Amino acid sequence: MPSVVTANRLTDGIVVYLAADGEWTEEIANARVADDEAETKALEAIADNAVRERVVVGPYPMVVGLKDDGAIDPLSVRERIRAAHRTTLTKDWYDVPL
Amino acid sequence: MYRYDEFDHAFVNERVAEFRDQVERRLAGQLTEEEFRPLRLRNGLYLQLHAYMLRIAVPYGVLSPRQLRQLAMIGRKWDRGYGHFTTRQNLQFNWVKLVDIPDVLAALAEVEMHCIQTSGNCVRNVTADPYAAAAVDELEDPRAWCEILRQWSTLHPEFSWLPRKFKIAISGAAEDRAATAFHDIGLRIVRGPNGENGFRVLVGGGMGRTPYVGQEIKSFLPKEHLLSYIESILRVYNLHGRRDNIHKARIKILVNALGIDKFREDVEADWEATHKDAIDLPEDEKRRIMSYFAPPELPERPARDEALAARRESDPAFANWYKHNVLPHRVPGYASVVISLKEPGRTPGDASSDTMDFVADLTERFGHNEARVNYTQNLILPHVARADILELYEALAGAGCATGNNELLGDMICCPGLDYCNLANARSIPIAKEIAKRFEDPARQEEIGKLRLNMSGCINACGHHHSGNIGILGVDKKGTELYQITLGGNPKDSASVGTIIGPGFRAEAVPQAIDTIVDTYIDNRHEGESFLETWRRVGAAPFKEALYGAR
Ligand code: HEM
Ligand code: SF4
Repeated sequence: MPSVVTANRLTDGIVVYLAADGEWTEEIANARVADDEAETKALEAIADNAVRERVVVGPYPMVVGLKDDGAIDPLSVRERIRAAHRTTLTKDWYDVPL
Repeated sequence: MYRYDEFDHAFVNERVAEFRDQVERRLAGQLTEEEFRPLRLRNGLYLQLHAYMLRIAVPYGVLSPRQLRQLAMIGRKWDRGYGHFTTRQNLQFNWVKLVDIPDVLAALAEVEMHCIQTSGNCVRNVTADPYAAAAVDELEDPRAWCEILRQWSTLHPEFSWLPRKFKIAISGAAEDRAATAFHDIGLRIVRGPNGENGFRVLVGGGMGRTPYVGQEIKSFLPKEHLLSYIESILRVYNLHGRRDNIHKARIKILVNALGIDKFREDVEADWEATHKDAIDLPEDEKRRIMSYFAPPELPERPARDEALAARRESDPAFANWYKHNVLPHRVPGYASVVISLKEPGRTPGDASSDTMDFVADLTERFGHNEARVNYTQNLILPHVARADILELYEALAGAGCATGNNELLGDMICCPGLDYCNLANARSIPIAKEIAKRFEDPARQEEIGKLRLNMSGCINACGHHHSGNIGILGVDKKGTELYQITLGGNPKDSASVGTIIGPGFRAEAVPQAIDTIVDTYIDNRHEGESFLETWRRVGAAPFKEALYGAR
């Protein structure tokens, strides 16, 4: 099952994803997708190192969907909310439909 | 209000410096997350879904304009321009950066605020009736007692590592507006046998996965013994409260396992053995603290205002707002005014930095330099001259803060839920918004009358769903958000926990379900009956029938 690795950045807590270039990105669209368990494990190892290097905290792998155009779908409501980085201050937002 | 003395200033500044050092050590790799986590929690700093969240105590819910402006500034400079007022009279910022926290804490210290003991297994911010020193039915101002408890409990060596968090609320009025029965200790100031004031002490109330209404441990405690008696309660809890299971660690579990009589016996035995003089506050120290809470000088103002009466005749929106958000004050010519943070479409309890600045201005113009936070997530100007109310209303209306729904259905309590909270099972804010939309018409809310609707995004019950006349609890059922509805909860006197009415509803079905419940109430109510009275008389059957009959 396709997976990405996500975490919170240490310095500001913002939700990030491990990207193809080994950096951490706020955009789930730029996350590196692991296609199988072995690849996921490899991403997790990179993430564990990033914890030691004090880049991120609390990394974990999550299963994602892939749309026809290749776009990454976070699947769960929780992960859709995390990916949206959205505040609730403004009126009338609904980026994740009820 | 209470002003820090030199000791307080030095203490809070030392804490800021200490935490600055801890953050630096974390960033430099000298502390791991596991080591750092308990340290940051001791300073009110959580890591949530999107970012770090900082919880700031607003002791007894009192804010000065200076503090409001500083909070507004913090929101603007270090967050995303808004904060969230909570059911524990705290303010939470949702997007602060770890690297900025030391500066935020220093900015808070400048205005005598901090985040100490807003998290962790210690005595948390002591909450109070938000109408203290203004309410008509008040026997005594509870805030001085909150402050005394705050000073006593801050870094109390014996009670810094309790089995679990500990929450205390105090009301000095006839009506309970602080949900005292849902706290670990609830204190009610009452008149004693000889006409002097003392405390009726409730213990073992709480929300969470095992809700309990607090039980009376002492019908009358002489005021001078407050600290020694509370110490004895905490000591018994500290010794016998469970530490093996986080879900059974609160004092409510101990009280109900032992039974209130046995628990009382243990507390009384400990209290008997206590050197009360060594613990209870000396009279002069008590008087010193009390003096900070002297009510403001309120110059005489006219008790009747013709312009007000005329406006109520001619302007239904104003009349509606006035009816619900303007409350009687014990000084003739004055009123307390509720500034609703529940405008339909907005997140209940959220206030932008602009709103905080605006309210600060209003307290100076009309409110004797004081604002309050209500546990129902609204702001209050406790002391407003009736003659200023029209002008105040114009200002509020211009800023979108004149929603006249205090204590009505639209005045929902709502926790952050899955939009912010790491522990959430379901969203609560969008549900609140949908319900607000459904009931947006003030005439509909007027027809319903007073009704407390409370909502939480998980069983921890931060949104007080157990004590809502209507309560909504978000659960996760195999990846779908589902909402369980409880009826018959009551946070006030003769407090009660709501009863689950039946199977949960999907998000999109919740507003209709609430509509059905409200219609059933209206169909069944006798003239003048509240929701709770009707519920207690007719029971669950008609509501079940209306909600599920067709299934
Ligand atoms: C977003 C971060 C939050 C976290 C991690 C959190 C965590 C918790 C937990 C774990 C409990 C259950 C305690 C127990 O049953 O022993 C609880 C209870 C409670 N929380 Fe929160 N909470 C959060 C936000 C809030 C907010 C925003 C409010 C106010 C709107 C709030 C007010 C309360 C209240 C009133 C209770 C129930 C009283 C009690 O039994 O302790 N919390 N919280
Ligand atoms: S009730 Fe649950 S979802 Fe809501 S704030 Fe508390 S812990 Fe989070």
